[in-house]
Amino acid sequence: MNPFKQLFKDAPLATRNEITPKLGFALVVLLALVWLIPFLWMVVATLRPASDGINAMAELMPSLKPTLDNIRDAWDIGDFPRYFLNTTIICTGILLVQFATVTLAGFAFARLSFAGKTLIFYLFLLQLMLVPVLLIVPNLTLVVKLGLYDTLTGVMMPFFASAFGTFLMRQAFEAIPTELEDAALIDGAGVLARIRHIYVPLSLPSFSAFAIVSVTSHWNDFLWPLMVINSPDKRPLTIGLSVFTQTAEGTQAWGTIAAGTLIVIAPLLVTFLIFQKRFISSFVTSGIK
Amino acid sequence: MSLAEPAPLAVTTSAPPRLNALQRFAAGFKGSLPAYLLLLPSLIFLAAFTYGAVGRVVVDALYQRATPRAPSRFVGLDNLAAVIADPAFTGAVVNNLIYAVGTVVPSIALAFLFALALSRTNAVTSALRAALFLPVLIPMVAASALFLFIFLPNVGLLDHYIGRLLPVLPNWLGDPDIALAAIMVITIWKNAGYYMLFFLAGLQAVPEDAMEASYLDGAGPWQRLRYIILPELKPTFLFVTVIAGLNAVTQVDHVFVMTKGGPSNATNLVLFYIYQQAVEHYDVGKASAATLLSLGVLMGLTALSFRTLANREGGP
Repeated sequence: MNPFKQLFKDAPLATRNEITPKLGFALVVLLALVWLIPFLWMVVATLRPASDGINAMAELMPSLKPTLDNIRDAWDIGDFPRYFLNTTIICTGILLVQFATVTLAGFAFARLSFAGKTLIFYLFLLQLMLVPVLLIVPNLTLVVKLGLYDTLTGVMMPFFASAFGTFLMRQAFEAIPTELEDAALIDGAGVLARIRHIYVPLSLPSFSAFAIVSVTSHWNDFLWPLMVINSPDKRPLTIGLSVFTQTAEGTQAWGTIAAGTLIVIAPLLVTFLIFQKRFISSFVTSGIK
Repeated sequence: MSLAEPAPLAVTTSAPPRLNALQRFAAGFKGSLPAYLLLLPSLIFLAAFTYGAVGRVVVDALYQRATPRAPSRFVGLDNLAAVIADPAFTGAVVNNLIYAVGTVVPSIALAFLFALALSRTNAVTSALRAALFLPVLIPMVAASALFLFIFLPNVGLLDHYIGRLLPVLPNWLGDPDIALAAIMVITIWKNAGYYMLFFLAGLQAVPEDAMEASYLDGAGPWQRLRYIILPELKPTFLFVTVIAGLNAVTQVDHVFVMTKGGPSNATNLVLFYIYQQAVEHYDVGKASAATLLSLGVLMGLTALSFRTLANREGGP
């Protein structure tokens, strides 16, 4: 009872004796535990020796003889370093080009007045509404025509422009006082120099928010790379993991599957646990990507 | 071409008004040029992979090849008719509708419950929020790999722990009547934490004085929910419903990994059907026709929140 009271000590006085909110809270605690079960199983199963047998596989109690064999097996079967490399190249490539395109476009929307601004704003907004995932078929034909089938560049290209990023940078740039820019204008700095030396350095939090959303979504992308990539050595992590899972499922090697999954998701989870606050606030701004 | 050179016209003081307008346009264009140059890189990629893609879908939907190598010929609306007459497509649409309702409603209800319970910030609620948010970060493929074992008949996690309570052990992913529900469970598990964030942000915006007034008036928790919180969060509910609806169409990676649309098409969803037509049957015409139909539905869905979206992004 006491720790419970402790939790509600900052609740308004009038509500402190109410039962319903406390019941709701208890229910959510229970659900949060349920939500963690797949992760718990993943870790426990990864560390479980094969000698425990298939019937113990579902036990959530950790094995008394933990082993790293599963991780070693997974590492041997799947070409994870290669998958990591490919995914890193894809995410970095997309992000670098996006930084350039969204900074320039964001600046145009934030600080310049031009003919057709409303029209172009809605053209950008259209990208948020036409979900890119649905356009896999026409985009695949274009990528093939450009000679980029089965290349990492082909995987990256459709994401080089980002309406979400443009609007995010626009918002950041609009918040920067024009006085700062006036000084640079007097010194005769051109548009690009002003963006580079005034706007970008003052908008780093927005860039990091955008980077978090962009990298997470492309790190996890599956269907589009599945369409574009054919060669095994160009597979990103998601496709590598699905092929790996199918192979290991055939031999009922569930400990190995758990280990492979752990290897794939560990980097993002660790990054999240370190930068939790930043992740959460970035995702709130995202909505439709 | 001479009209594009305003210099000689500028000296005539009584130029016809039409030319004046043109002149103004030219001047306007010249003044806008820096902005256009900055927007150009984005617009090129948007033109190629967004607007152009929609255009290609419309064109491709009108053509058909007899064999993958045959020249394509114009068939008009035949592809659309063929798709609509295809029981696999109508089945996928029905499945997708069930899947949409069955994932959107529970995940939003859960997300709202999570947000209500965890709206105050302290160490405990932060940890719980993180736990509920973890599934959002992992790839759908990784979630599928974990749930493949959870749903495994006899030895899997679900059967191991709750199977004893059931008279007959169901084959979660192998039974056509249950497989779609199993797929929905994964989606709910993965997305509820994401939608929770929007409700948490929305709850922050509920005016403090309205809440205070309700305490003074002795309103109970249900009354506060019904008369203050719910009306205040209406835009959030609309926004989250649209995102969740989009996800129900676009986020189908687990179907690829876990069921491949089976058993007997019970988990075939529209995007998977499109993929099958394009990649497995090399039928770009039919795939494009199906894409076109889905685009129409999605555009309708997003149009619902068009105003919200435009305002969210700062207006033109």
